[in-house]
Amino acid sequence: MPDLSTDTGGIRSPNPFWLASAPPTNSGLQVQRAFEAGWGGAVWKTLGTPIRNVTSRFGGHSIGGVRGAGFNNIELITDRPLEANYREIAETKRLFPDHAMIVSLMFETREEWKEHIGRSIDAGADGLELNFGCPHGMCERGMGSAVGQEPAVNERITSWAAEFSTVPVIVKLTPNVSDIVPHGLAAKRGGADAVSLINTIKSIIGVDIDRFVPEPRVGGASTNGGYCGSAVKPIALHMVAALAREREFGLPISGIGGVADWRDAVEFILLGASTVQVCTEVMLRGYGVVEDMIDGLSEYMRTHGFESIDQMVGKAVPGFREWGDLDLNHELVAKIDADACIGCQLCVAACHDGAHQCIHPQEGSRVPVVDESECVGCNLCKIVCPVEECISMETVEHDVPPATWNQHVADPVHHPLRPKKGSHG
Amino acid sequence: MTTPLPATRSETAFGDFKLPFAPGEAVAEATRCLFCHDAPCIAACPTAIDIPQFIRKIATGNDRGSAKTIFESNILGMSCARVCPVEVLCVGSCVYNDLDQPPIAIGRLQRHATDRAFAEGWTFFEAGPDTGRRVALVGGGPASLAAAHRLRRLGHACTILERGTTLGGLNSTGVAPYKMRADRSIEEIEWVLAIGGIEVRTGVEVGGQGPDDPSLEDLERDFDAVFVGAGLGADSALGVPGEDLLGVHGAVAWIESMKLGEVDLAGVERAVVVGGGNTAIDGVRELLGLGVASVTMLYRGTPERMSGYAHEWTAALADGARVEWRAIATDFEGTDRIERVRAARLDDARRPIDGGEFTLDADLVLLAIGQSKLGERLAALEGIALDRGRVAVDDGGATGRGGWYAGGDCVNGGKEVVNAVAEGDRAALAIDAWFAAGGGLRKGSGA
Repeated sequence: MPDLSTDTGGIRSPNPFWLASAPPTNSGLQVQRAFEAGWGGAVWKTLGTPIRNVTSRFGGHSIGGVRGAGFNNIELITDRPLEANYREIAETKRLFPDHAMIVSLMFETREEWKEHIGRSIDAGADGLELNFGCPHGMCERGMGSAVGQEPAVNERITSWAAEFSTVPVIVKLTPNVSDIVPHGLAAKRGGADAVSLINTIKSIIGVDIDRFVPEPRVGGASTNGGYCGSAVKPIALHMVAALAREREFGLPISGIGGVADWRDAVEFILLGASTVQVCTEVMLRGYGVVEDMIDGLSEYMRTHGFESIDQMVGKAVPGFREWGDLDLNHELVAKIDADACIGCQLCVAACHDGAHQCIHPQEGSRVPVVDESECVGCNLCKIVCPVEECISMETVEHDVPPATWNQHVADPVHHPLRPKKGSHG
Repeated sequence: MTTPLPATRSETAFGDFKLPFAPGEAVAEATRCLFCHDAPCIAACPTAIDIPQFIRKIATGNDRGSAKTIFESNILGMSCARVCPVEVLCVGSCVYNDLDQPPIAIGRLQRHATDRAFAEGWTFFEAGPDTGRRVALVGGGPASLAAAHRLRRLGHACTILERGTTLGGLNSTGVAPYKMRADRSIEEIEWVLAIGGIEVRTGVEVGGQGPDDPSLEDLERDFDAVFVGAGLGADSALGVPGEDLLGVHGAVAWIESMKLGEVDLAGVERAVVVGGGNTAIDGVRELLGLGVASVTMLYRGTPERMSGYAHEWTAALADGARVEWRAIATDFEGTDRIERVRAARLDDARRPIDGGEFTLDADLVLLAIGQSKLGERLAALEGIALDRGRVAVDDGGATGRGGWYAGGDCVNGGKEVVNAVAEGDRAALAIDAWFAAGGGLRKGSGA
């Protein structure tokens, strides 16, 4: 049985699955039920100066009949009394001493930060998460993503937390920046023990096309919210990986953004996260989803020979490179398994209309043929094919040695490129 | 226009065999469709409905556009959604059959969109500008209705000449009521006729003896083209003793009386249905559904040879059908009323086996061994040829006589409603092209 326990910047937890700071961690009874269900840690719903919320607050993006494939919210930080929060944090930590209890905080002044870091630690927090990411409501007041978008402010407030805290400090980063790296480095300079990312993406989830109002609707108007859910995973993966491969960075990462099952978690871990945080999938389906996350991850580790999470962290980072460092002479062509093909010809439409016009129907058969002399190996046919393993991308052997764009530009004579395909003259 | 249907019709005992989708179910099912390129389901549909497109429109909440796509290709698309043997047509060709997933429920999706169209009162088509051309349509079944609607969209005036009192042909009088009851067919026909400009004359027989019956020559005098969608004639007889006993019925006639009126099954506990086609299977399932305790199909061939669809026979067995394979009826016996059927077992060459005689007690017998062909009367016109009693036509439905077109059962020998619609539609386009090329039967009507 593989060991699922983790250590993220000094915060230990029995498994890498944490609940993100969000509605599922709004109260003690919720977090206690989550821990009973198997969650390894929880980041408490952000504490701050009491606020008021609007109704409605959530918007869902359905794709192909799948509800909530993307999700956004315009809810703010906790709207419950701080005393109640601290009381329930303490009670929950007492009942579940081995689970990771992280308290998320968002305050304005140094004094406020000092007071509430102290009270959080007194309540039993194993770690703190500084909410520098919320892209709606709080940022207009100079908090949340307004902090996360300014490296100097990020660094200053992080340094306060590092100064006041006796437990590890995680800085939660906003994705609403052009390059995540300077922001991660700012947190590091401020003394953070780890970072978590991504917070939600500034978004309008949709428009009520009968009422002419964006969603989620608050009376006759709406506002931009934070986008999350499965649809944001690719953006989150990129930002996690960008920090993970940054040599000057080196802090532990708690990955967030579209983790809906164990496979998503594996991807985040392979790109450098040591824990993952989940919110949307729990909001859509409840705490019970963690059972399969733990099962699936364990089975993956067993079949891939990993004994601990540490062995997995960052395993795919070396494979993430700049475009200019990819081998331009690597050549693929699509192969269609005629026995597996069901004749839907989605590949024909996709290749003709969306790619390089090299998959053709043939007389007397529903199975299309690939013109390998024109196939650029783009992968589109394999993506649209509904049959597993029907279309494979196979490597073409040739005599031209590997050459990247950077190598070719620097020395074209010694790094020639193979003949071009698919340009139709 | 047509005689109202009585509310006490026997067919009202039946509910829908295939239930409609709830709206959410329809969207979920539509979302599964792969939107195949050059989709095999379209090729399998005689009317070539753009099935992936109408399904995609359901998936996106565009039911109105979906219904329009369906009716554009098949003006009886609501009926066909219920009565088509989709298992051997569109659904049977769905690529999912070759994957480990159930095929798309195309018929039920089509029903979803077309039912919605009727519930909402949507209409899609308008008559074209009047061309001054007049077309007679012989028979008021699906082929003529489809032809007439297309001709009206092209601006040609239409007159339907129907022998009986009800339009819709077998779509109204013959469809198994657990698929569709007659009132739905009539409702759709009224929706089709609402395009306007289609005159309907019922109770007239072309070439008949009645005072109002037009002759073939009358049609050539009064119309610019004629479409013959006359269907088939009466149930065929076996030609064995006792066939005239009370309680021995032609299956098509009995089904019509059950759908349009009431059939008396008091005292009928055992029934025998002779035949192995879809009409025979329908008769078996209808008798069982109306409460006859024991219904036996008597068929001269084997299960592999029967022309009835395998999925229909499977359903009949589930209903409790009994069967005698490789057997023929040799005598119907009884005093006045049928009491028993004498039958003989056949060998591989379909010869009676010595000692293979047996008897089935029966209070009712349906003969479902085919219908007569009506072509002879038409063949009196020079140029119109018959092929085994069927009217011979080219790919566009044209007979060998200028201005005379045909489609439906009288041409194909007895196929599905969807085939009749396709053939009627095709002939309408051919007639329009003929007009455009200067054709026209009436003197002076040509270009």
